[in-house]
Formats: sequence, C-alpha cells, structure tokens
Amino acid sequence: MPDFLQTRRDPDGLVPWMTISKPDLTKARLRLLQLHFEAGVGHIGGNLSCLDALMVLHHEFVGPDDRFILSKGHSAGALYTTLWSLGRLDDETLKTFTRDDTLLGVHPPVSGIADIRFATGSLGHGLSLAAGTAKALQLTGRPGRVFCLTSDGEWQEGSTYEALVFAAHHRLANLTILIDHNGLQGFGSTAEVASMAPLASRFAGFDLDIEVVDGHDPDAIREALQDSGRLRIVVLETRKGHGVSFMQDRMEWHYLPIDAAQYQQAVAEIASR
Amino acid sequence: MRKQLCDALVARSSRQAMVFLTGDLGFMALEPLQAAMGQRFINAGVAEQNMVSVAAAMAREGLEPWVYSIAPFCYARPFEQIRNDAAFHNLPIRLIGNGGGYGYGVQGPTHHAVEDYGVLLTLPNLRALVPAFDEDVAEVVTRAGDLAAPVYLRLGRGEPPAGYAPPPYAAWRQLTEGGGGVVIAVGPLVGTYLAPFLSLPEETRPNLWTACELPLAANPPPPALVAQVARSRRLLVVEEHVARGGAGAELALMALAQRWPVEDFRHLCASGRIPSTYGSQAFMRALSGLDPAAVLQAATSERPGAPG
Repeated sequence: MPDFLQTRRDPDGLVPWMTISKPDLTKARLRLLQLHFEAGVGHIGGNLSCLDALMVLHHEFVGPDDRFILSKGHSAGALYTTLWSLGRLDDETLKTFTRDDTLLGVHPPVSGIADIRFATGSLGHGLSLAAGTAKALQLTGRPGRVFCLTSDGEWQEGSTYEALVFAAHHRLANLTILIDHNGLQGFGSTAEVASMAPLASRFAGFDLDIEVVDGHDPDAIREALQDSGRLRIVVLETRKGHGVSFMQDRMEWHYLPIDAAQYQQAVAEIASR
Repeated sequence: MRKQLCDALVARSSRQAMVFLTGDLGFMALEPLQAAMGQRFINAGVAEQNMVSVAAAMAREGLEPWVYSIAPFCYARPFEQIRNDAAFHNLPIRLIGNGGGYGYGVQGPTHHAVEDYGVLLTLPNLRALVPAFDEDVAEVVTRAGDLAAPVYLRLGRGEPPAGYAPPPYAAWRQLTEGGGGVVIAVGPLVGTYLAPFLSLPEETRPNLWTACELPLAANPPPPALVAQVARSRRLLVVEEHVARGGAGAELALMALAQRWPVEDFRHLCASGRIPSTYGSQAFMRALSGLDPAAVLQAATSERPGAPG
C-alpha cells in the first residue's frame, strides 16, 4: 500500500472509497512508469491515457457488488497499478511484471487475481463480456454496476458493435462503457486508419446516455460516471502518453519500452506538474 | 433431434440458473422452450460472436447458459470467443450446433460442419457430445448441463432402421456383434449401417460400436472393444468429419501408444473437398464414401496389400 493512499483509506481498510485528486494521479502515473521501466516493456502510451479514469473508477465507484472488465487488455499495466493503489497487488508482485513465472503478463491473466475476471487482450471481447455480466445481474435481480473500458480503435471490431446492439436492446442500465479516446491505434491515428470521428455521434441513435469528458480531469470523470439509471457511454478525451512530453500523442509509444534516460526525464516531468 | 432437444431443455428449464441464447434460429422448433423460459430465452440476434461472449460472462456469474445455432455459425464464426472467453477460463457454456457434418446437405458448404469437433477439441477443456440416435438427446442434454466445462453438442438426425430400438445412451455402445472386425462410428450415420451389418452371417458380422463423447482421451474405449480389436486385428473408424482432428486420428494414436495389435486400420471420413454439385446429406456422405454400401465393403473386405 503506497503511503499517499494509505493515509486516506477508510479505517476498516476494506472499502477503499476515497476522492481521487490530481496529486494522487501523479503518484499513480509515476508508479506506472516505474513498472514499465523495470520490466522493459511497452504499451506505455495507452496505459498512461487510461490510468486517470481507472483510478477514479476503482477508488470511487467499483464496490463489492460491481464488476470491471478491461476490454483494452493491453492497458493491463494501468490496471495493475490501480489495483496496487487499492492494496490488492503489492510491490513484490509488481516486481514480477512480465518476468518468467509471473501472474502479471502484458495482458490480464486468466486466473490468480480476483479483481480480473477475464483474460482480455484480443480486442472486441470485453464489451460482450460486460454485456453478458450486466444481463446476468439483470436476470437474477442482483445489484451492482458493470464497467467496461474499451479503446477507441476497438470500435472498429464488429463484435464491439454487436455488443452495443445487445446492450442497448436489453436496456442494460447497469452497464457503463468507458472509451479511452486517445486517437492513436497500432499503426496510425484512428482518423487515418478508419475514422469514426466524431466518435460520440456514432452512438447517438441508440437509446443510451453519452458523455464526452476530459479523461484526465478527475472531477469531470467523476461527474460522468454517476449512475443515471440508463445504459451509459463515457467518451474519455485522452492523450496517449499523457504527462510525458516526448510520449504524448505519439504513436510509437503504443509499443516502445522506455530506457533509463527517458525514464528519468519522464519522472522529472511528471513530478514537476 | 431438434424436437428431442426442445423437450429435454423444456424439462430442464425449471432451473432458474438456465439461460438459452439462440442466434436467431429455432423457428418451428423451439417455440415451446421460448414459452417455458420467458425472459431467460434470449434471441441474441445475428451476432454469434457477442452471443458466445455473453454466454461466457453469464457462466462466470453462475448461470447455466446454452447457445444454439446452425453448427458452423455456432463454432466457426465465434471461434475466438469460444477459445478466449470460455475455454481458457473453463467456463461451462453449452454450444449446440444443429446439423453437424453434412446435416444441411443441399444448403451448401457454408452450412456444413465437417471439422467442428476436431477444431474445438484443439482447445483446452472442451468436450464434444455427438448423440447417435434421437433417443440419446435427453441424456446428452443432462450430461452437457452437468459438466463443469465448455461443451459442444453436435446434433443431427437419428437414422436407425424402422422399428429399431437403440440401447440406452452410453458413451460407448456395441450395436452389433459377430466374428468380424471392429467398426467404430461417430454420430447418427451409425444408424444407416445397422441393417446391412445385421444382414451378414454372425461369423463374419463386424462388431459395430458407436462413440458419443469426445475427446476419447477423456472417454477411452471399453476393454471389451479393445479385446475385440486384439482378436480380429481389424479396426475401421467411420465419421462424418474430416480426417484431421477426428476420432479416427485420435484412435490411431491411441492404438499405437497402447500397442493394440491392429493389422488393418482404416478410416472413412468426410473428404472436406468442396464439391462441384450439392445434394442431400446422404448424397454428400456418398461422395465421401460414407454410405452404407461403402462402409460395408470396407468392414468386410481384405485391405488391398494386406499381409497374408
């Protein structure tokens, strides 16, 4: 448990409800960079773009009855960092990230971490899994919200559209879909590869709520995640590599690992913000 | 087998955990199930990838999901969803593929499923059930529902001779006995071999078995069958499935590994070739040499070039 969060936890230590502030996000961002630097693996850009939303979501919204599914499985580093900030993964476990015999692969594992329900990584699965989870809760009358974080490029997958049709048809009011709209995908920008801009307008014909917010503003994220009693899409306007000047909005940081000099520069930039 | 399937699922539908998802199929067949299950009967639309992942998530939540479609749409279209979301996590979804093999004969190769269980059995945890007779379906549904693993049911159409009463369902059943070799058939085509086999004198009649649960590693052949192979030294495997990934390949490996004294091993299977003309299931089977005359010939003739 990192000190900056430990001091703010509820006394019983079970329900980590706390209001996330920008300094909290800075500290989580530093831990994420450390995780990737020590492991020498990439996908940093897309992890930095969604980390803020994952922190606010998990610290302020995901309770014992709720479910979260990371559809953009390549942002597992951000999820591991968030779980670490909640005290559900410790530093010793994080040190094993991507090493032999680890639970913590580049993409979420099949089993071994209770907070991770599915081994995502192949895009286009998570929203269906979330919709099925939400439908199961609806059918059985169980409480709880289901949250699913997708990438923006992932909406090029037909199966994601299938899932949206299903969720809207079944009026899955307990489902909230977050989209990390960082505008960059594996081999180009979403505008260049298969533009869906303006993304929010693609959903406008469905019977659901749509929010478009600054995905790096905790207050805006918090407001957008409030339960409206309807199926909800929250488009998070984010920047790939957020907070690090040489990574920000640059496609190569979808893949590249970070070297020692870059790490020092990134830490200095983030710490000075 | 659709009527028997519907009856079996209706009988099971009082289980509140049960959910049935169909990919927009079941007209004139599944209406009684729809009526019995109410909101737990879900037409998931023409969206098989989503349907399978939804089912996996429901299984993760402790429900008992069943997924229904025409066989190829049930396993080929959503293969990655079966692999990642169900098989990797060993989540017990039940995939029902109607018209396995050449069941949709003249509908053409898009509707054929001659590589279904072979493809699926490459995945971890997958089991496949292939009922041979209409009467098997009720027990097969019970077994599929009770398995704590993802299951594929390949449904077809029972084809026994008129008046034939099959023995009660079992993973392995011997249907004919005699002094001939051993024939193992997978699926309803076994019913078409009964009459020609029974017409043979007992001293040359093959020992016809049907196997209904795959992989065979989880359901090995019974000792009586192995003893018959040892005595006759002949083993013929027949299935409406391509050679790769089929029960014949698995049996051949098993026979080698366990040193069965087989001198004459043959495998009759779906050719997998895309034909230039289409026809009924019987026509398609005959193109692959799976018709009763061809199987009878293979079961009773000496293999060309066979020793002594």
